[in-house]
Amino acid sequence: MHLHIVDYAIIIIYFVFVLGIGFALRGRMKTSEDFFLSGRSIPGWITGLAFMSANLGALEVMGHAANAAKYGMFVNHFYWLAAMPAMCFVGVFMMPFYYGSKVRSVPEYLRKRYDEKTRTLNAFSFAVMTLLVSGIDLYAMAILFERLLHWPFGASVVASALVVAIYIYLGGLTSSIYNEVLQFFLIVFGFLPLAILGLKAVGGFAGLQAKLPNAGYAHTWANIWHASQNPMGINWFGTIFGLGFVLSFGYWCTDFLVVQRGLAAKDMPAAQRTPLVAAVPKMFFPLMVVLPGLVAIALDPQLTKYLNGRYDNALPAMLGKFYPSGLLGIGLTALLASFMSGMAGNVTAFNTVWTFDIYQTHVNPGQPDSHYLKMGRFATIFAVAVGIGTAFIVLRFNNLMDYLQLLFAFFNAPLFGTFLLGMFWKRTSAHSGFWGLLSGILAAAAHYSLYHYHAIKYPSDMAANFYQAIWAFSVCVVVTVLVTMFTEPRKEEELVGLVYSLTPKPRNQDLPWYERPGILAIGILALCVVLNIIFW
Amino acid sequence: MGLDIRLPIGIIFTTYGVILILYGLVADPAIFVSSMAVNIDVWWGFAMLVFGLIMGILAFRASRREAR
Repeated sequence: MHLHIVDYAIIIIYFVFVLGIGFALRGRMKTSEDFFLSGRSIPGWITGLAFMSANLGALEVMGHAANAAKYGMFVNHFYWLAAMPAMCFVGVFMMPFYYGSKVRSVPEYLRKRYDEKTRTLNAFSFAVMTLLVSGIDLYAMAILFERLLHWPFGASVVASALVVAIYIYLGGLTSSIYNEVLQFFLIVFGFLPLAILGLKAVGGFAGLQAKLPNAGYAHTWANIWHASQNPMGINWFGTIFGLGFVLSFGYWCTDFLVVQRGLAAKDMPAAQRTPLVAAVPKMFFPLMVVLPGLVAIALDPQLTKYLNGRYDNALPAMLGKFYPSGLLGIGLTALLASFMSGMAGNVTAFNTVWTFDIYQTHVNPGQPDSHYLKMGRFATIFAVAVGIGTAFIVLRFNNLMDYLQLLFAFFNAPLFGTFLLGMFWKRTSAHSGFWGLLSGILAAAAHYSLYHYHAIKYPSDMAANFYQAIWAFSVCVVVTVLVTMFTEPRKEEELVGLVYSLTPKPRNQDLPWYERPGILAIGILALCVVLNIIFW
Repeated sequence: MGLDIRLPIGIIFTTYGVILILYGLVADPAIFVSSMAVNIDVWWGFAMLVFGLIMGILAFRASRREAR
């Protein structure tokens, strides 16, 4: 990849803007609520695009392009089977509880619904997970700098971390959300030409199908029935229940990284629309990540010409192959933008959970608000510093997505069980949440060690992750139900606004039809079914 | 929150659009071999310019409405 001066200029302009937004917002951060929740004042379309963008980290673009090169169109399941129903569910059914109960974080909801120990367990596990995940984006950014500018890996990690740290330190969640919207558009404009040029190069969709290593690569569903027939080695049960239900609902419905964007919305309909607005571009994202991955493997089936032996190189290698100077600058900026938005999402979620759910609750309660604002800024620096460390852990995994789904299977999968029972079954007792969640995490740990020491075998790491999620979730649900049977239920009046059957439904009758969450969700799911059928 | 995000988006996309178009016009045509013989810089620069201007106009109109 050869960079011309125009490409450097484009990348530098981007950094100037990103930091400029941070500086422009610096004076507006007066209370901790401004810093952590943007004062709950942002319109739905902005929080929606930020919701989408916070999820669009390195693993999303480079990871899914790598997976597409490795596993083929099977990867579409991450979008059309996993993300779509979960995003609609969180918007229509769960956002009313998050936004309506005025909690500041996901763990805080758990304290209201269950008790303090459930919240603390979740706050700690979330903080650990977020720090481990934030390294992924730094790692990807550093790899890019290393290849482009020939900077050493360590220096690249520190430089990219510094930029993210500065704009969040200055402008908090607002700065992060605004940058995520800018990043979203840059990502779309940066990757769309790759789909067009890539398809042209392989001779359209028919040409692509002919050049793929085997026919299974061009199908989303056709090979799902038997594990032996698809490259990921997972059968329909593992895919639909493990990925489509547990992992995806666990991530989209309970991960504070995305939920936090909804909490920043200006009112309830805007909060409910946040994931739905995000779902629309998300649905078409396979065009920008799966397609280039398929083109990469079609042009380079032996991984020797462009991919340099690693699937993770698929996307940058295709950028280098197809983009001339000028557009190359835009493409690389898009790549950097995606890493930064992913990293920033993790950092803002971490600093909120740390400050409200750990520091304010256990370490130093009862301080004036300005103290917690300062702590939030400090936590930003801390999170970035630890992220630099975890970037070196990521270096040891050969596929980003395997690493990520492993973490999700540990922490998000059991948490989803706790939420599902807590929100939709009013009998669930206060104690049961903690024991269910804890045993779910322990079940994930037990499953992981059994797999790691070869006591149980799966055809691929990804299959192991899916089944780990299923085990963690199921154990959590069973234990929660069992403990509930032997403990006192909570009083119903304490659960108003927290449990579905005890909460008045949001009235959306006065909204025009295109703003009603239910109707939007049905439209999104219908479109999604059509896409599944086309790319069967 | 005061700052209209469409304004910075408008400015950065307009800037990028102009840069791409100008560079695409003066660059050695040989560099477009890799992009399937299409002068993608000019075409995509134009698309980015149009998007940038639309965002800028929307932000400008919103600020005038607020001022009134």
